[in-house]
Amino acid sequence: MKYMLMMHAPRAGWTNAGIGTWPPGDIKAHINFMMGFNKELQEAGELVGAEGLAGPEAALVVRAGKNGAPEVTDGPFAEAKEFLAGYWIVDCENQERAYAIAARVSAAPGKGGVPLNMPIEVREVMSAPPVEL
Amino acid sequence: MTAACLDANGVNLLRELAPQVLGAVIRRFRDFSTAEDAVQEALLAAALQWPKDGVPDNPRGWLIQVAARRMTDHLRTELARRRREAVVLLQTPPDEQMAPPPDFEIGADHDDTLILLFMCCHPALTRPSAIALTLRAVGGLTTAEIANAFLVPETTMAQRISRAKQRIKSSGVPFRMPSDDERAERLDAVLHVLYLLFNEGYASSVGPALQRSDLSNEAIRLARAVHNVLPNDAEVTGLLALMLLTDARRAARTGPNSELIPLTEQDRTLWDQRAISEGVGLVTSALSRGAVGTYQLQAAIAAVHDEAARAEETDWPQILALYGLLKRMSDNPMVTLNHAIAVAMVNGPPAGLSLLEALDADERLAGHHRLDAVRAHLLEMAGDHEGAVAGYLRAAARTTSIPERNYLTTKAARLANDGRSG
Repeated sequence: MKYMLMMHAPRAGWTNAGIGTWPPGDIKAHINFMMGFNKELQEAGELVGAEGLAGPEAALVVRAGKNGAPEVTDGPFAEAKEFLAGYWIVDCENQERAYAIAARVSAAPGKGGVPLNMPIEVREVMSAPPVEL
Repeated sequence: MTAACLDANGVNLLRELAPQVLGAVIRRFRDFSTAEDAVQEALLAAALQWPKDGVPDNPRGWLIQVAARRMTDHLRTELARRRREAVVLLQTPPDEQMAPPPDFEIGADHDDTLILLFMCCHPALTRPSAIALTLRAVGGLTTAEIANAFLVPETTMAQRISRAKQRIKSSGVPFRMPSDDERAERLDAVLHVLYLLFNEGYASSVGPALQRSDLSNEAIRLARAVHNVLPNDAEVTGLLALMLLTDARRAARTGPNSELIPLTEQDRTLWDQRAISEGVGLVTSALSRGAVGTYQLQAAIAAVHDEAARAEETDWPQILALYGLLKRMSDNPMVTLNHAIAVAMVNGPPAGLSLLEALDADERLAGHHRLDAVRAHLLEMAGDHEGAVAGYLRAAARTTSIPERNYLTTKAARLANDGRSG
């Protein structure tokens, strides 16, 4: 079963207390954790894909304008409480396993090595074979 | 000069022999990964030499011999490099320390394809791992093909397969036919893996359609191989029949945009009559043996559907009787759901609906979209369109299959529309 795990980061404090404000050692520990965790998922044969996204400052929203031409406006994140910081798609045995993976990610080390306990949204990917009708 | 190529017969022959050769080599050398490499090399050698020199009289023996020779070479290199002779010698019984003699061959009663299947469907493996390993080792699909079919990166699939092999190795289960008392349980696992494999591929519109339907074909091919080795096993026959009878409807099951077409609305002239008659023949012979099992019953139900030239001609009382038997044999709420549909078809929707009420309390079905979908269907039959629309929408919100969600949403919209215009 495939699941998308979406890592949400708090908008408030992103600039004031975000990762850029941590001591270098803590940043390194965080990055090492993420890299190591992805490697672990891959070695378990569970990783379909994972990406970190560029910061919310650069986020833009596109709508189709006249004649379908892209109409670009500033991102929705100025007022939002949280923004999408990155995602994983995993292919694992069951929902419990997806929850376990999400919990590991949630506890990624933050400032001073304290677990961040980030909210991870878990959504099943529509991939089940249809039943006989 | 162009290089000679194996013709289609040659390719099929290699495909059929590959798992037998792999099985023989693993049995001899007990090393899954190295054996796989050695067999790949032997297959390559065959693909290069046979078109020039002709297919040898005993192609299987030829391949086993070449693979065993490669295997011995591999092991020698390994030994020399790691200087582990002493350790390996201690671990290897004296009769296995020699390179295999040229007449190294296995009696016809030994079917290594089946042993290999038994190994791949090992209890220590999760079902997805067992499926991947089976496709790789027994089906001979490349890792890239398997990854493609399951829409995961090749590296991820490669890891899944190599972990599965390691798990089998560390479980210490020897490469041999399981003992009689283990065998029935193992065969159940094999049949279940093949059944899941078939379902993965069956008319699913997730991912590249071609690769997915290949999975069903592969499942049928493997079920056929098991049936050839165990022709008197009624459940093996039943599973093969079930696959054939279900797959026979493939062309009618989806529309031009991969939309699902329910059984009652399918163009039955598109059904594959050859597959149907083979399936009916198989399930009839299986049932006559007396050891009735769940695959045979499901096949029998599929056969009753397939034998109706028009949906209205479906023999629902017979289907109801078969579901009654199936319900007694398996504690699966999905069976109870289908039983309720049959009851509604024979005794009217209220009878079916009252059976569904009992299922509301079943934890395994709580919140499951199929319960809502079936209830909606029966409410529609009963003329309660408002209730049906609500049920279809609830089911649509909960399914994890895109074609099914599309079907349910459209169904709800049509019914709601009819209500307004009528």
